[in-house]
Amino acid sequence: MTEFHGWDMPLYYTSIIEEHLAVRQTAGLFDVSHMGQVVVKGPDAVHTLNRLLVSDITQVGTGRACYTLMLNESGGILDDLIVFRLGEEDYLVIVNCATRQSDVAWMDAHRLSSTTITDISEGRGILAVQGPLACRMLEQILDARVTGLGRFDIAPIRTMGPEACIARTGYTGGDGFELFLPNHHLLRLWDTILTAAGPKGAKPVGLGARDTLRVEAGLRLNGTDMDPSTSPIEVGLDWTVAFNKSEFIGKDVLLRQKREGVARKFVGFELSQGPVPRQGYELSRDLPAAPGAACLPSPIGDRQAQTGGRRVGTVTSGTFSQMLNRPIGMGYAEPACAKLGTTLTMTVRSQRHTATVVKLPFWKPEAPAPVLSKSTTATLEKLS
Amino acid sequence: MRQIPSELVYTKSNEWVRRLPAAPPGAAQAGEATEVMVGITAHAQEELRDIVFVELPKVGRTVKQGEPVAVIESVKAAFDIYAPISGTIARVNDAVVKSPQLVNQDCYGTGWLFAITPSNPNEFAALMTAEAYTNQLKAETH
Repeated sequence: MTEFHGWDMPLYYTSIIEEHLAVRQTAGLFDVSHMGQVVVKGPDAVHTLNRLLVSDITQVGTGRACYTLMLNESGGILDDLIVFRLGEEDYLVIVNCATRQSDVAWMDAHRLSSTTITDISEGRGILAVQGPLACRMLEQILDARVTGLGRFDIAPIRTMGPEACIARTGYTGGDGFELFLPNHHLLRLWDTILTAAGPKGAKPVGLGARDTLRVEAGLRLNGTDMDPSTSPIEVGLDWTVAFNKSEFIGKDVLLRQKREGVARKFVGFELSQGPVPRQGYELSRDLPAAPGAACLPSPIGDRQAQTGGRRVGTVTSGTFSQMLNRPIGMGYAEPACAKLGTTLTMTVRSQRHTATVVKLPFWKPEAPAPVLSKSTTATLEKLS
Repeated sequence: MRQIPSELVYTKSNEWVRRLPAAPPGAAQAGEATEVMVGITAHAQEELRDIVFVELPKVGRTVKQGEPVAVIESVKAAFDIYAPISGTIARVNDAVVKSPQLVNQDCYGTGWLFAITPSNPNEFAALMTAEAYTNQLKAETH
């Protein structure tokens, strides 16, 4: 067990690798009740969210969701979150555990007066069922046509009370579902899934594999890969930003960064062999920088790397990829060294290892969850 | 309690040491090891779990008792492995570098790490018998 922002959570149930592979090959079950659930309601809810978040929330239809960011006035990332539209004026926002309270305070301070912001996390939880067998498994257990849900769709589970929902979302890069439930339903469903699925069906998955899965999928972790000093452009999440919408907090700074460029870029890299990339490891360039370029002060770290070469970046996350069978990592590098195919040196315990900048995600499913028509509202039809 | 073979001796930092008595004639005095094999105990591999990387010392390197000489990385973190005895690195197990999971699967056998030619036999006194090591683990878990 490990302490995680006030929660006692299992790092693993049996083994990080076994749990990782279960999610990639069959299905894994996660209790992610530490994540915060916040309801944003009212006639101006959409305008409140559009001011708070970088994406265009007016484009999110009822029964749909979007991954987006909340910035401070300097364009720094306060949190990354998923906004679900439950009804015309009714949104469910899933925020990170560590930033839950500061997020709610920030949202409350910037809401329009007719909008209510309510932290409903208490007494409720989130169950994630992830993996290629998750869909079939949930259809049987819920006796409902969950295949009718497309990626980023959400539908109420009416039998489990108000605000009980199932969404086709997750943090593993593969197909999967998240269920937002009152605690007593969550506990019962947890037992039902594990019993019904049997040992080969679904494995309970701890925080360790949750991390290795998200790294393999190239998904950023708030507080590790980004924080309030990081901009969406630096961390490569500018695809979430609707620059064409009128106003949102942080917009001015982002527009300036877009014009003038940023000092560092988020990169994914892999090693053919060697140690596991871990937070704080130094990335450097062996070759002397081009004349002129060498004179630029490095915004990232020391001019001189620990063991020769020029320091150009830092590792923020990494793991040994089970699917690629090699060490993979993510971090920041000077823009000139962030291009795909660039060879970097990762120094670990005074030894130099060659890393190559590669495209994110490192791993993608062969059969991703389908994106369904946006014209209909997702509902959960009974099977029988 | 995990397996703790009685013919081995142990360190506080959870390495096991196998004294190889098969000395070439005349190379060593009676009862003195010419080479010792080193690995990590079942308890240690269980604690580490999910081993994905092993870094071993170079053959010929002179090491001091208690000095970190190898690294084992699990998915979670990196762990130092200490020389249980001073001497020279005689051999290393390349198989665990290629397949680090051998340490999880067979830590007392194919998952051994390196062999040392001891330079100071008196240092063996600092190592623990299986019984003493068992007691250390019991004390840790209580």
